[in-house]
Amino acid sequence: MVNLKEKSWQIREDIVTLIHHAGSGHIGGDMSVTDILVTLYYKHMNCTPENQNDPNRDRFILSKGHSAEALYCVLADKGFFPKSDLDNYSGYKSKYIGHPSHKVNGIEMSSGSLGHGLPVSVGMALAGKMNHAPYRVYTVLGDGELAEGSVWEGVMAGAHYKLDNLTAFVDRNRLQISGSTEDVMTQGSQEERWAAFGWHVISVPGNDTDALDRAVEEAKSTKGKPTVIIANTTKGCGVSFMENKAVWHHKSLTDEEFKQAMSELEQRRAEAHE
Amino acid sequence: MNKIPNRQAICDVLVQKAASDKDIVVLCSDSRGSGSMTNFANTYPEQFVEVGIAEQNLVSISAGLARCGKKAFAVSPACFLSTRSMEQIKVDVAYNNTNVTLIGISGGVSYGALGMTHHSTNDIAAMASNPNMRVYLPSDRFQTEKLVQALLKDEKPAYIRVGRNPVEDVYDENFSFELNRASLICEGNDVAIIACGEMVAAAKNAAALLKGKGVSARVIDMYCVKPIDRAAVLKAAKETKGIITVEEHTVFGGLGSMVSQITAAECPARVVNLTLPDEPVITGKSQEVFDYYGLNAEGIAKAAMELI
Repeated sequence: MVNLKEKSWQIREDIVTLIHHAGSGHIGGDMSVTDILVTLYYKHMNCTPENQNDPNRDRFILSKGHSAEALYCVLADKGFFPKSDLDNYSGYKSKYIGHPSHKVNGIEMSSGSLGHGLPVSVGMALAGKMNHAPYRVYTVLGDGELAEGSVWEGVMAGAHYKLDNLTAFVDRNRLQISGSTEDVMTQGSQEERWAAFGWHVISVPGNDTDALDRAVEEAKSTKGKPTVIIANTTKGCGVSFMENKAVWHHKSLTDEEFKQAMSELEQRRAEAHE
Repeated sequence: MNKIPNRQAICDVLVQKAASDKDIVVLCSDSRGSGSMTNFANTYPEQFVEVGIAEQNLVSISAGLARCGKKAFAVSPACFLSTRSMEQIKVDVAYNNTNVTLIGISGGVSYGALGMTHHSTNDIAAMASNPNMRVYLPSDRFQTEKLVQALLKDEKPAYIRVGRNPVEDVYDENFSFELNRASLICEGNDVAIIACGEMVAAAKNAAALLKGKGVSARVIDMYCVKPIDRAAVLKAAKETKGIITVEEHTVFGGLGSMVSQITAAECPARVVNLTLPDEPVITGKSQEVFDYYGLNAEGIAKAAMELI
């Protein structure tokens, strides 16, 4: 059994290292979404390098595709490709680009343009229902992304077709590139919005793998409707000078910042190990 | 006179094939009636997905189905499908290279008096500009049927535009069809008329008018606008005095643009593009619109006479 908390801190070290090396990346959202990815890939999803062509594997779509670095780090750690591949992340002719690419092992669909992942996931979940297949479909949306109208087309369809094999996460870190989500476009209670559309809603502390783990279990046992897990996260989670600062939406680190970030993350990992 | 529109021919093929192929899925955006897909929806409800009036969702759900092994046919009015869903087509279908066939129904000015909101006069340009996307404008029911049968055999994205109205038969059921090869309707070496979609019948009739004037016109059905049959274009450029292109599409980025690009680069020739204008089109039934802009046999013949 993987220690999910320890794994989350280790993945964050990998993310910070990757972005420092590459000189760019959506680091704030990477750090907020990490616990969701770790809970799915190391606990719940039937999705490994060995079964990646199995029609019954669970599917994952990173709708907030700008958190590609976090997903790449998880996939590399899971063995979908060698970690050394990421040395050329965002480099000339690299297939490891700034948004998930289906050319990369383990990535089901290229994403990056917001508002696509949920409708695509609805299609995947519908195919599962048609084929009476046992797989589940997971997708993660950003909260800023929820301003895209196409998201709500997918929300309607997911409820209409009673897709209880579909679970959406909202990485509710309350910040987007221009500032607070509430200042950019009021969101209010996302819990009430999704519930009004007919989804089963679970709201959890989104950087707590125990809470996420329980929420996914609840989603799996919820029948007749899809589930959304509103993950109340902290943007830049784990690095003191990044947390809750919109400026870290897309930014690299100086050598000094890198040292400090790694020091803080290593300490958190050590604490989680005990 | 044939009374079966091309959209009906698509449904007939899918109904027939879906009996043994459970991976065929048809999706509509409250468009099953206008798409002639009611029969499919009633015959195979478990292989039919209604998404409501939500064309973006239509395309993304199709892509998700396709990525999980389904052969998705997304059927919606060409005007909405090709532009409202443009980004979903670019990303979820073309870039992700999913097995989705987009069926743009009531294309061009089929909706006539319903006005510019319902016309799709830039769909060739929009669709063809996406890497991986193929664009087909079949001319009659027989070609439509064979095209759909051929596309069912591969797993690549495609866009098919058909009109709303029944169109004249250009072929018969025994005609020879080859995917991505233009179809030669008649030989001729004075002028070449390259047309697609509903304009092929008009081109064929124009050739008959020209014959009466002693002009031999080659008529080429370029139903495969992308990938275009370059060899057929170049052969026409070399062997005739000039080329007339005819399409139910705006002047930019359609069949005429593509033919001109090829000839300009590889075999400079006189090319005249007969198209809809770069302005809102007049109100009227589609034939009235065609007649007004010279997109009919007489207009094509006149342009051919002027060219040679």
